[in-house]
Amino acid sequence: MPEVTPSQTVGPFLALGLPWPYGPFVVPEGTPGAITITGRVYDAAGDPVPDALVETWQADERSRFDHPDDPRGAARSAVPGFRGFGRCPTDAAGQYRIVTIRPAPLPSPCGGSQAPHLDVSVFARGLLDRLVTRIYFPDETEANAADPVLAAIAEPAMRETLIASPAADGGPGEFRFDIRLRGEGETVFFDV
Amino acid sequence: MSAGLVLPRYQRPDGVHPPLNSPEYRSSQLRAPLRPLVPMPQGLTEVTGPLFGAERVTAADADLTTRHAGEPIGERIVLTGRVLDSDGRPVSGTLVEIWQANAAGRYNHPVDNHPAPIDRNFDGGGRCLTDSQGRYTFVTIKPGPYPWRNHPNAWRPAHIHFSLFGRAFTQRLVTQMYFPGDPLFAQDPIFNSVPDPKARQRMIARFSLDQTVPDWALGFEWDIVLRGRDATAFEPLAGA
Repeated sequence: MPEVTPSQTVGPFLALGLPWPYGPFVVPEGTPGAITITGRVYDAAGDPVPDALVETWQADERSRFDHPDDPRGAARSAVPGFRGFGRCPTDAAGQYRIVTIRPAPLPSPCGGSQAPHLDVSVFARGLLDRLVTRIYFPDETEANAADPVLAAIAEPAMRETLIASPAADGGPGEFRFDIRLRGEGETVFFDV
Repeated sequence: MSAGLVLPRYQRPDGVHPPLNSPEYRSSQLRAPLRPLVPMPQGLTEVTGPLFGAERVTAADADLTTRHAGEPIGERIVLTGRVLDSDGRPVSGTLVEIWQANAAGRYNHPVDNHPAPIDRNFDGGGRCLTDSQGRYTFVTIKPGPYPWRNHPNAWRPAHIHFSLFGRAFTQRLVTQMYFPGDPLFAQDPIFNSVPDPKARQRMIARFSLDQTVPDWALGFEWDIVLRGRDATAFEPLAGA
């Protein structure tokens, strides 16, 4: 049987191959009910990381995926233009922005249900493999408390790194999610 | 939810990928997390992933040599191979994205200050979808090696960056493809960050006379293997 190809870093020049004009738009801008998630990526020195790429993947507003491996069946979102996938390179200030809709809760393979979340991949120079994290929502207190992935993280301060905050000066539906790669306030990263 | 729903489970390839903390690669020391990764069970979000349709990719996207009025300088190459699961199945219809330096070892990017010429006829990015057999094919030029500041007199071996999606979030892979016989391997901390020497060899393409097009371009072949699924083990999806 063939063996898995090793990962390597995206390096500093990923902008030549990976960004798409429509990348940050999981739904078209202006979609009714759309939310934005904005944040910065920081390194161990607390400096913004200007050459990272943030990708998101999520269920739709009815908890479904347009994918044949979902045992409930592939299903398209009722939201026109929903793609499930978002991709945004960070800018000179280390900032990314994703426009999407809120995903619904999901049935969990361990029983119970998973709180609404986005899976996130972070790529950057200095990262020899992608980092995987999750974005949860601050106004889903009950669902977050019952979420098995959050519950497996004993330290409350670590759990907090996975929960977006309402954006300062932002309207409803505007969230902030910073990613701290290393050191103080380090974001929780997962092995999937 | 009814009982009996099952999810595929993707294998974790132990010891294949580089450790995130690889001190020889200096940039990792500001960016790689200090805490161990937290194991996460694979749920619906992890066993699904974006499936891109042909509408986003044109045939011209796979030829990096015909974007401009003139042809890029360098050794023209045909680069082809298959995307497979580690259980041997081809991954068809999956998006493959590449980017690379030009023949002089210079990226067409404002951050690259290597004093080698920019090639106005070469952008350095391409994409394609694999066919029903999992095959991808690009036409490009062989990139040059280039210096970087990791350690004194550090040079990157010639390489092409590859980005792959597979069919599930768990299969996402970004890697680099190298060329056979490169004398720069021994001093490169990125190539050598892969702990298993045999696994390093899996990042090196092979020259192929079969893929070489007479009087036109040298051929290289490189297969890419993504995490496979367990044949027998399924995690029951408990009712909710």
